[in-house]
Amino acid sequence: MNAPLHMTDEQLKSMTERTGLPLYLSDEQVEQFGKEIDEVRRRIMSTVGERDARYIHKVIKAQRWLEIGGRGLLFAGILPPAWLAGTAMLGVAKILENMEIGHNVMHGQWDWMRDEQIHSTSWEWDNVCPSSDWKHSHNHMHHKWTNVVGMDRDVGYGILRMSEKQEWSPFYLGQPIWNLFLAVFFEWGVALHDLEAEKLRTGEKSLKDTVPFLKGVWKKVRKQTLKDYVIFPLLAGPFFLPVLAGNFTANIIRNLWAYMIIFCGHFPEDVADFTMEEVKNETKGGWYLRQMLGSANIKGSKLMHIMSGNLSHQIEHHLFPDMPSNRYAEASEHVQKICEKYGLPYNSHGLGRQFGTTLAKVMRLSLPNKKAARETVTA
Amino acid sequence: MASSLLNSSVTRVSQWLASPLRPRQYLELLNPLWAEQSCGRIEKIQRETDNAVTLVIRPNHRWQGAVSGQYVRLGVDVDGVRHWRCYSVNSAQRPGDETFSVTVGRVNGGRVSTYIQDTLRVGDVIALDKAMGDFVLPTDATAKLLFISAGTGITPMMGMLRSLRDSGIAADVTHLHFAPTEKDCIYFNELNDFARRPGFNLHQSLTREGGQHFDAALLDNVCPDWAERKAYVCGPEGLMNAVRTHWQNNELSSQLCEEVFQPVRAEVPAGAGGTVLFWNAGSSTEGAGDKPLLEVAENAGLLPKHGCRMGICQECVVTLREGQVRDLATGEVFGESGETIRICVCAAAGNVTIDL
Repeated sequence: MNAPLHMTDEQLKSMTERTGLPLYLSDEQVEQFGKEIDEVRRRIMSTVGERDARYIHKVIKAQRWLEIGGRGLLFAGILPPAWLAGTAMLGVAKILENMEIGHNVMHGQWDWMRDEQIHSTSWEWDNVCPSSDWKHSHNHMHHKWTNVVGMDRDVGYGILRMSEKQEWSPFYLGQPIWNLFLAVFFEWGVALHDLEAEKLRTGEKSLKDTVPFLKGVWKKVRKQTLKDYVIFPLLAGPFFLPVLAGNFTANIIRNLWAYMIIFCGHFPEDVADFTMEEVKNETKGGWYLRQMLGSANIKGSKLMHIMSGNLSHQIEHHLFPDMPSNRYAEASEHVQKICEKYGLPYNSHGLGRQFGTTLAKVMRLSLPNKKAARETVTA
Repeated sequence: MASSLLNSSVTRVSQWLASPLRPRQYLELLNPLWAEQSCGRIEKIQRETDNAVTLVIRPNHRWQGAVSGQYVRLGVDVDGVRHWRCYSVNSAQRPGDETFSVTVGRVNGGRVSTYIQDTLRVGDVIALDKAMGDFVLPTDATAKLLFISAGTGITPMMGMLRSLRDSGIAADVTHLHFAPTEKDCIYFNELNDFARRPGFNLHQSLTREGGQHFDAALLDNVCPDWAERKAYVCGPEGLMNAVRTHWQNNELSSQLCEEVFQPVRAEVPAGAGGTVLFWNAGSSTEGAGDKPLLEVAENAGLLPKHGCRMGICQECVVTLREGQVRDLATGEVFGESGETIRICVCAAAGNVTIDL
């Protein structure tokens, strides 16, 4: 019983107190745990087939019809009911496209179908973030280094302090406001992920260094903004403004929803974060354990799961990033059983609890750490 | 002039409207044949023998036509996974005809051929690649021809024969065809019809009913002037080897046209690696059976794009051109040409060629 789960004693203590679970596992138990998680993956992936292919084709078809329907209705957007319905449909289409389709296709979840049109190497999504940048900042930096402060830029997106381990500065006093901006303009936050805003603030990086990166983003930004804010409104002729407003609102709806789901994945209460020191020499089993302790699920209906791109099964997504998303629900049953067996917490709550505690964290961490916590960090 | 200008601006605007997708990805919602990629609809499925069916396929706008005897890759989704297989075009080229046909023989344990025989239905849409190969009639219409085929190896010859018939050319053709029994002989009736045509000399050998296998004596007997003919051979490996050797020994290789219809896949001993050929770099090196191809490439001085080095981020995905690889996480050996692999978690299983 020597190896704590790559967590600080403080984290372990507070989690043990809150959950009442024994969080100490031996190295052998961690490896055994990893093997059982591997087995879940093997079992599910060996049954992936036509049923799953039909699922993704169906979602893609539905998404495209929703988009056509939404944009069509917005052309009659001078009538308030048409505007509302059109905007809602387009918002839902954009959410599906980014979350259940784009995000998951880019993870290679559907590469096994060998369909060149639904493949991680070819997919481009309806988002101002180019898919190549995304595969770096998200698939690599965020998924490999999940919740490792200083490596995973999803911990605060360079502008928020989402972990006690991030050093406080007066800049963070404004973070309830920064957070609101990030939520509303989330796709831009995602696109500028690799800008490393925190390094710009500290002067570690100059504005000039960012030019090549920004040029790449601009190409994508130009296409997506031209489409939503110029071409479609122009096509509508006299109804330019309702179409423009509808497209803008749909983008904001998608931003808010994506922001909420993604923040609920890693920042609710009782989700662990880590330091580089803690993940040194991490084994496969240890990596699985970190993914699990660093992620949180959202309980909800089937519709909720689809609309969240199955990121409501964030734990399973982090254990198996390339498993088809429609199989996460099945995987979660197995993973929960394994967690019970090893006495590990499985963080799964309703949207209200997960988002509420996330917002509380945004507020709390805008101020410096309380004395006790500060001592642990510096210790 | 004005209309082409209009056309190109319509195309331009529709591309803007569809971005990041392409316009045809919306059009295909209405009709799968309007898709951007090359595909075709199954118009007719005709049973030839117990173990062979002919598919009549209507290709979409991407189709560039085929010359009878060429092969075309069909992409068939079996249990959700796309598999590509080559089949010979066996229909005649007729101006204005927008369909073509292939015949698919059942391969024992073959996933694709079994699916085509048992599950594929009229109306289904399959993926297509463009027709390729030079197993076609010579440009000189007066050339004397010799066809040697066995089993479904007859399909490209059938394309050429039908083309000759439909274009009214009375070519001088000798055809040696081998099949186990009469029941296994595809196009049996049509072949016998051909046999009644002037200039067409058919010799069918039913090998399980006492017929001879291919050898020099049989050839001399059936076709004494074989050395003067342009020869075509298509069939199983054994036949191909025998014919090739005979033509080589007579220094007539340049007159022989070959079409392989079964990929020859060497058995890979468990755990073995192989030679790794980097297609774009044009270099090769040895890759151990337990070493990720990413490392093999790096050790060979290449700098492949990659990310996590643990199989989760998809940044190192490349196309496999030939050979098979081993998934180092599961030990599974897999791979078909055209499939994509993650080089950070796959090792060579035998000789491989990858797009690096």
